[in-house]
Amino acid sequence: MNTKKSSASKRALNFLSNSAVPLMFIIIIAICIPISGFSPTFLLNEVMTRLSRNAFLILSLLIPIMAGMGLNFGMTLGAMAAEIALIFVTDWQIWGIPGIVLAMILSIPLSVVLGILCGKILNAAQGREMITSYIISFFMNGVYQLIVLYMMGSLIPILHGSIELPRGYGVRSSVDLTNIRKTLDNLLAINVAGVRIPVATLLIIALMCLIIVWFRRTKLGQDMRAVGQDMEVARDAGINVERTRLISIVISTVLAGIGMVIYLQNMGDMATYSSHSQIGMFCIAALLVGGASVDRASIGNVFLGVILFHTLFILAPSAGAKITGNEVVGEYFRVFVSYGVITVALVMYETRKRRAKARAAQQLKLEQQEGEQ
Amino acid sequence: MPAFVNDLRGWLTRSPSRFLSGSPEREGAGKEKETNMSNLGPLLELKNIRKDFFGNQVLQDINLTLNEGEVLGLVGENGAGKSTLMKILFGMNEIHDTGGYGGDVLLNGSKVNFSSPFDALAAGIGMVHQEFSLIPGFTATENILLNREPMRKSFLSEIFGSRLNTLDRKDMKRRADDAIEKMGVHIEGEMTINEMPVGHKQFTEIARELSKEQLKLLILDEPTAVLAEQEAEALLDSIRGMSARGIAVIFITHRLQEILDVCDKVVVMRDGVLVKDVPASETSVSEITGWMVGRSVGSSATLHREPPETRTILSMRRLWVDMPGELVRDVNLDVREGEILGIGGLAGQGKLGIPNGVMGLYPAGGSVEFDGKSIPLNQPRACLDAQLAFVSEDRRGVGLLLGESMEWNIAFPAMQIRGSFLKSWLGGAIKWRDDKAIEEVTRKYIEDLQIRCTGGRQNVKELSGGNQQKVCLAKAFALEPKFLFVSEPTRGIDVGAKALVLQELTKFNRESGVTIVMISSELEELRQICDRIAIVSGGRIAGILPATSPSEEFGALMVSSVV
Repeated sequence: MNTKKSSASKRALNFLSNSAVPLMFIIIIAICIPISGFSPTFLLNEVMTRLSRNAFLILSLLIPIMAGMGLNFGMTLGAMAAEIALIFVTDWQIWGIPGIVLAMILSIPLSVVLGILCGKILNAAQGREMITSYIISFFMNGVYQLIVLYMMGSLIPILHGSIELPRGYGVRSSVDLTNIRKTLDNLLAINVAGVRIPVATLLIIALMCLIIVWFRRTKLGQDMRAVGQDMEVARDAGINVERTRLISIVISTVLAGIGMVIYLQNMGDMATYSSHSQIGMFCIAALLVGGASVDRASIGNVFLGVILFHTLFILAPSAGAKITGNEVVGEYFRVFVSYGVITVALVMYETRKRRAKARAAQQLKLEQQEGEQ
Repeated sequence: MPAFVNDLRGWLTRSPSRFLSGSPEREGAGKEKETNMSNLGPLLELKNIRKDFFGNQVLQDINLTLNEGEVLGLVGENGAGKSTLMKILFGMNEIHDTGGYGGDVLLNGSKVNFSSPFDALAAGIGMVHQEFSLIPGFTATENILLNREPMRKSFLSEIFGSRLNTLDRKDMKRRADDAIEKMGVHIEGEMTINEMPVGHKQFTEIARELSKEQLKLLILDEPTAVLAEQEAEALLDSIRGMSARGIAVIFITHRLQEILDVCDKVVVMRDGVLVKDVPASETSVSEITGWMVGRSVGSSATLHREPPETRTILSMRRLWVDMPGELVRDVNLDVREGEILGIGGLAGQGKLGIPNGVMGLYPAGGSVEFDGKSIPLNQPRACLDAQLAFVSEDRRGVGLLLGESMEWNIAFPAMQIRGSFLKSWLGGAIKWRDDKAIEEVTRKYIEDLQIRCTGGRQNVKELSGGNQQKVCLAKAFALEPKFLFVSEPTRGIDVGAKALVLQELTKFNRESGVTIVMISSELEELRQICDRIAIVSGGRIAGILPATSPSEEFGALMVSSVV
């Protein structure tokens, strides 16, 4: 009797510790909703917007995790590729859906090149992918600035003055995407009980989910899982480990590029030099909030993560203002929580590995004690 | 199809040739070869195989033939050249990197020279290594067909190449089940590797080789070392089954009885020379042992004496140890000062857990008292400080600093724990390594233990298993302990080295008065040097008998509460 109870409570404890981050977010959100005073319709609308804006980007993180490359900032490179593509599309004044599609297509070759570069470097830094990719993203940010700030308008022709800096070369710090803004979201959009649902965007996201599910069942997907678990064994079996890892990063950057176009068309305005800078961190934080870990992430984690993470951000400024009387607290909170969540998740990943070892020992001790009674 | 699509496809699938050689297309090619060459000659022929490592001759004029379905038992002391010969056969990189080999390898009558293991695989040679090569989170089925999964075409693979085909799970299951059935030992195809007992992992590896349709020759490198007795028995049956299906097997083991049980012929190697090639039915264990060492080994030079009736120096009370695969439950054991106590038992029953738990290498509970003082558990340093020492069964993992020289290996723990081999300056504020003393002590041990090496500066990873074991012993001796745990000191080492290790342990016990607890799977060697032997069964001490008791009594204890 006693033992049954204790094992049930242990299982509950286990569940609690494994999903501590999502649960913590649910509790904070439950407290913040009444404080913020937002109506359910407003909240749902906002959440739906964030969901359609971010989900695709976060999906791009799944495949490198499958290949054992951990939480990866390689996606930042895809985001930069998308921004360069969007600058061109804006400059060529191709508006609406054709503009979006062209931007996606243009971003792909750039993403592939950046992905190969990133993948090669990460192959040389096996086991330290997260920090290495983070540093690469800083380095590539410099290259991006060189291209966008100095080469565009001087080496690379810019047709329209509207996006050019007054000095004659370089792109303005903000590119206006008004003519693309929400064209994808408004396609086939419907209203349900006052909540606007961007059907076309959601369809693309759903299609991506299906592709990921299918991908897991392909030979390449199986190889990635094998490589993710034990590189040496995979290599001995004849799997080309380096190439497999490289491909996973390339897929990730390409998807991130497409995701970034979706993200920016929703925003309708592009901060040329900072849009990409924190996108990797927010995506990783959202995925972790959804209950993912360094070595395991599912599509479910993506959606739960987007909803919880962004609900909190919708609530935080207003709740923060109500409590402290200061709106800025919201933005502070956003950055603080993101870094906090990533740190907590990394620490938990390590402790969980250790705890799994200790658990077996506890079991044995208990058995012996039971034997005495 | 547009050109860029082809490029893309090439990019996704392009890979070095060794990758392709593992792919289904090449397997097909291998099969074709087989049918083309169905002549009646032997399956495998080695002619005048020679190999030297930078002038050091390790193989000389090896000639041997193997027919279809024949089982060949390959025996020899460690360092006799067995592994080198198998590496040549399997096309390992190590051989090419050190200048290739001399002589010819003929497969089905035609000369082959494999540039990589993948070529050997494609030609129908399979090898099960001592270390497991399995993906921990995959099921047995996924591992058996790793990188050879049957696939279904998908439309995207037309563009991006075959890696975007989906796996045919049904066919995978069918093929894995076929291989398991061929093996004759049942394992659960849907079970993931990290949930399996160690024996099943070994069988998964064997099934993987058997699932390769082109398999004609299977090399098993000490497959029974990790198996419990019943599992080893099942493996021998499985080898007989393979042989009946026409698969030739080269079986390497130190358990000579197994060779006699299952092999058609026995090949004995010594110092790089093939000294004997006889039908198994015409020889015996003692004869083979004689050929291996080149001298007749006395059946058992027993060193018995009256068990000393001294005080208890180490006592364990209610000890539990969580060592995966070797759980210890509720062990109470007293060790007398100055004795050699043996701990025996079947594999997986917990005998290895006892020293590993006491020495703090695995989580443990209960109480241990040494020399009247309580020893805290889970703190390796505390045990070492109390002058306990441990020669681990995990030579390469725990026992040695593989990348370091013998000198360092021998002196390091003594330096660290006892402060030996250090020169003090300024009243101990600065300590300086005493390289001369280290060199001297290493030379002494090389001589005493007859370690075969080029000198004390040689890296231990270049030594053979038996010599590595001797370094482990030297390392423990240099600590000048009061109490020594020795775990499986003769596992995987040859007969000659074995005798020497046992002799040195006895000498250490008699001359320095050190209490020794020796853990071994081989009852005979425990009976040779121990005063008393404790048998572990089901994680508990089943009984303690004087070493002179008849072996049936020990056998009864071993199986008394097997888990």
